[in-house]
Amino acid sequence: MSTSAAPYRNFEALRQDLSRRKLIDQLFVIVGLIVMLACLAILAVLFIDLIRDGAPRFGWDFFTSFASRKPERAGILAAWVGTSLIMLVTAICAVPVGVAAAIYLEEYAPKNWFTAIIEINVTNLAGVPSIVYGLLALGLFVYQFDLGQSIAAAGLTLALLILPIVIVATREAIRAVPKAIREAAYGLGATRWEVTKDHVLPYSTGGILTGMILGLSRAIGETAPIITIGALSFIAFLPQSPIKGEFPFVSFEWLKDPFTAMPIQMFNWVSRPDPEFQANAAAAGAILLGMTLLMNGIAIWIRYRYRKKINW
Amino acid sequence: MAAIKGSILNEAISKSVISRSALRYRKLRDRVIESFLLIAGLVAVFTTIAIVAILLIESSAFFEHVSLIEFFTDTMWTPLFADAHYGILPLVAGTLTTTLVALVVAVPLGTTIAIYLSEFAPSQVRETVKPILELLGAVPTVVYGYFALTMVTPVLQRLIPDLPGFNMLSAGLVIGLMIVPYVSSLSEDAMRAVPRYMREGSYAMGATRLQTALRVVVPGAFSGLAAAFILGISRAVGETMVVAIAAGMQPNFTFDPREPAATITAYIVQVSLGDLPHGSIGYQSIFAAGLVLMAITLVFNVIGFSLTRRFREAY
Repeated sequence: MSTSAAPYRNFEALRQDLSRRKLIDQLFVIVGLIVMLACLAILAVLFIDLIRDGAPRFGWDFFTSFASRKPERAGILAAWVGTSLIMLVTAICAVPVGVAAAIYLEEYAPKNWFTAIIEINVTNLAGVPSIVYGLLALGLFVYQFDLGQSIAAAGLTLALLILPIVIVATREAIRAVPKAIREAAYGLGATRWEVTKDHVLPYSTGGILTGMILGLSRAIGETAPIITIGALSFIAFLPQSPIKGEFPFVSFEWLKDPFTAMPIQMFNWVSRPDPEFQANAAAAGAILLGMTLLMNGIAIWIRYRYRKKINW
Repeated sequence: MAAIKGSILNEAISKSVISRSALRYRKLRDRVIESFLLIAGLVAVFTTIAIVAILLIESSAFFEHVSLIEFFTDTMWTPLFADAHYGILPLVAGTLTTTLVALVVAVPLGTTIAIYLSEFAPSQVRETVKPILELLGAVPTVVYGYFALTMVTPVLQRLIPDLPGFNMLSAGLVIGLMIVPYVSSLSEDAMRAVPRYMREGSYAMGATRLQTALRVVVPGAFSGLAAAFILGISRAVGETMVVAIAAGMQPNFTFDPREPAATITAYIVQVSLGDLPHGSIGYQSIFAAGLVLMAITLVFNVIGFSLTRRFREAY
């Protein structure tokens, strides 16, 4: 009898403790939600401000004018042409190499120290600050390979920068293909390359495309490495046209031309004290932001579509 | 009859000879393709070697002019002035200060959001917010630089009256905000990887969701969380455009975030914007700065790696 009172008191205490803990729990739900929404809201406000600041400059002239000393006449013609050409070089270099490296690591590589070295390298390269790629390019591409401060040098630099992204994405896509599909093909006498080419790659196209677009969307906004190799921010001419009137109709002279790019142009305008130029910077930033978000949106859409289409 | 049989047999044998040579061709083709794929894989290794080699070669030329003692003890960094000083400390101080400010923002916010998303949020909220976080991670950093200079600094100037137009505080805050989506998305992945039965065990003992989150899930996911924050730190250390735009480019030996200062990355940008001749001491100095940047990143990664190792939980 004497012990029955004590557990009863403890029960009261337990109850109080429980409701206190539940209260804290509820508080955290609110705090967590507020913190998350606040972060998203701050970023949203910043983006809306960016678009509002740049809004007066949006217009056809902005896309078809060169940079100028007069802010109201300056445009991004050289910048967007430069960015497009650099992205072309980057995609042509990074995608085949990245996909090939991923195929090697997933389908061919034996499990040994040598493969481990390649894998560690890919992981580490993803963590190297982007400006270090710029230094690499400055020493290697610009001076050793004598490419100069050209579109080719910039494209190669960004290709190296996004290579780990492409490799990792492709590996994930390849890994998602079930073993049974490979084994069925091997069972019919296909060689490793035939299995890869005819079965694994078609099934992983969606993932590879997603990785490629995500990589390029990273490359399009990278500023530091191409400043390091010496992009000019004031360029009032276009690179030579890749299409010629006479034989052989295509020309690669544009690869050697100096260039500017969207983020460089924006950086140049941001660093000027004149508020008129700040409006230009905001407009360029909004367009750049639109490009990256569009590319990411496409990547997400592709991933979603392919996921729906395939059911093993 | 026998002759016919023989000819069929012969045909079959000769066919198998053809298919054997075809098989040999296919195997040979496989070998050739494999070596091409291997070369592509080696590009990553060559890139690493090239980065280290270029940094070391150009820096060694720099250290022929500048002693290591001066490099690590001098508190002035003025390689482009007539009175040249080559002390890396001001740049390191700038880098560490902006990184610290960024972490003060990113660690509490990132962890809170990750815990909320992983343990509390309804699945629709999580499915909506996760892609947004990933999308935010893709925003070009030069855009964040614009935010820091033209939007965050004016707000801060209202709070801190004599804050200069260029300051590390604003740059650091924006870097912090920039890495929040990244860190919280990675942390959330790590926490989701903690098996369900561990949570259920904790609930069965009468713990609330928050207690489970803090005492079971966070310790269980510690190695993943450490990796997420190390990646965040690496990004903050290597962040270039935000500091180049918003923190000013004057080397300044201070740990006070209210002051303007240059980071290692901002210095490299500043030199690259000018037109320094190849082989000059100014040109070499950016490689020495880059080497220090790599070293700092490496130190954080080694710490992260050992943390990950020590606290790895196997399920």
